[in-house]
Amino acid sequence: MSSPALSILPRQPAPRGESFPLQPLLHLDSLWIQVAGTSCNLRCTHCFVSAGPGEDRHALMARAEVQRHVAQGLALGVKEFYFTGGEPFVHPEMLDILADTLPHGPCTLLTNGTLFTERRLEELRRLGGGARFSLEIRVSLDGPGPEEHDTFRGRGAFARTLEGLLALEHHGLLPIVTATQGPGDDALELRERYVRMLREAGLRRPRLKLLPLFRLGREAARTRGYQAVETLADLPPESIDPARLQCSSCRAVTSRGVFVCPLLVDEPAARMGRTLGESLGAFRLAHGACFTCYVTGMTCGNA
Amino acid sequence: MVRLAAFGGVYSNHLALAAVLEDIERRGADRVWCLGDLGGFGPHPDRAAEILRGAGISMLRGNYDDSIGNDRADCACGYTDPRDNGFAQISYDYTVARTSSDHKAWMRGLPERHRIEAEGRRLLLCHGSPRRVNEFLWESACSDAFLEWLCDRHEADVILCTHTGIPWHRALPSGRHVVNVGAIGRPANDGRTGVWYAGLELDGGLEVEFRPVAYDHEALALEMEAERLPAEFAETIRTGWWTTCLENLPVRERRRGRH
Repeated sequence: MSSPALSILPRQPAPRGESFPLQPLLHLDSLWIQVAGTSCNLRCTHCFVSAGPGEDRHALMARAEVQRHVAQGLALGVKEFYFTGGEPFVHPEMLDILADTLPHGPCTLLTNGTLFTERRLEELRRLGGGARFSLEIRVSLDGPGPEEHDTFRGRGAFARTLEGLLALEHHGLLPIVTATQGPGDDALELRERYVRMLREAGLRRPRLKLLPLFRLGREAARTRGYQAVETLADLPPESIDPARLQCSSCRAVTSRGVFVCPLLVDEPAARMGRTLGESLGAFRLAHGACFTCYVTGMTCGNA
Repeated sequence: MVRLAAFGGVYSNHLALAAVLEDIERRGADRVWCLGDLGGFGPHPDRAAEILRGAGISMLRGNYDDSIGNDRADCACGYTDPRDNGFAQISYDYTVARTSSDHKAWMRGLPERHRIEAEGRRLLLCHGSPRRVNEFLWESACSDAFLEWLCDRHEADVILCTHTGIPWHRALPSGRHVVNVGAIGRPANDGRTGVWYAGLELDGGLEVEFRPVAYDHEALALEMEAERLPAEFAETIRTGWWTTCLENLPVRERRRGRH
């Protein structure tokens, strides 16, 4: 495989002899599958995996390749699957992949909500309604109004995403909106603003998940990357509860291998192996993003 | 044959508890277990504690009991939505202030898990999951592979749990079972005002029956209002639909509800 353009990789300050906590994988609960690679129909200015049209650092994953990882995950006792990208719906076989996986466990699809067609919605309704496991659809919004959202995602994106959310609810899929909580945002106030906006837009049963800001990918270029003080270096091991960090219970597979979590798929040090079986070892929490996860107690998962 | 009756999540609903215990008495059971979370949500927490202890029912220490028993700051239900946490805190502050020190001491001493050997099967009773007291095991959010792993890891043929409030039973491909026995403190988000508990019969195989129990829910709602508990809580008791603490509810279970 050819090397990606290194210039867009997040920059990790070189360790200067510090000691970083070693994080065990307690159990593989969540298997993230970057099914669409870094391919996306949008090119958001804050994308933490720097996805966009023609971005092929991580390639689309073949259906058989996904099936292989799903089978390996099941053999390890995986609880649930997450499909991400890029934008999963740029993958021509996304619905087939979901149909393959959903009989084996809960699936969540993370989408920008701009590529729903009536056929796709009907198929999602059929898949979600017929399965004994939940099919969750998560849609990202970057502000409770078009002025903020479209700044990141391009003109008209907010309106298209709202249309997508309404269509999902109409099809019984009860989407989860994900939004970023900036460093200065009050969680309760932000949540209320989103929920009010979503209700006013016609959503009857809005669901919302807030995520902290990660200084990765284009976001690092847009604002700033991690600074030296944003680190878990030299933290006493007894002060870390491994279960507080999602990497105690997840792995992320892309066309380039298995990574410790869905955030660090562009970090060479976060590549744990070629197969899931090779990726069960401990991970050194040396990245600035590890600091964000630890401080906020966040998980990329639904709950 | 061994007959076991199990329930969880009493949430201070002393009227439902009394009705469930009557139903168990009428049908008969060799053993009766409450899988934890005696307080929260409902009124007058000591009433449920007195009924349960007076009847000599065995109980596990749920996250709520652990918090109340140890006078911790919150219920440790594990919500992240500030609205859910706000409602949870109202319940918790009310409950912790009205639970007697004797009941608190009793809660502190309860076991977190319990094992039973019956008819050649290893039963493991827990609150949330065998690995974490406040883990939500929703039916639609757990693959068979994961539940098999839990059984392997915790050396169990049958796992009994609660914590989510919606009962379910999965017979796994290996022949083992996971049973979420439900909660009797609030309805199962099914639009019915009654509550559910689980009856298990072990006799070579395992039969699991979820039993509906009606109780005077209007009397409970009036008590909650008299105690100035949130109107949203009384609404749930009267309608059978959850209004709060919905954050973790997966889409499949959510679709069956109203909010």
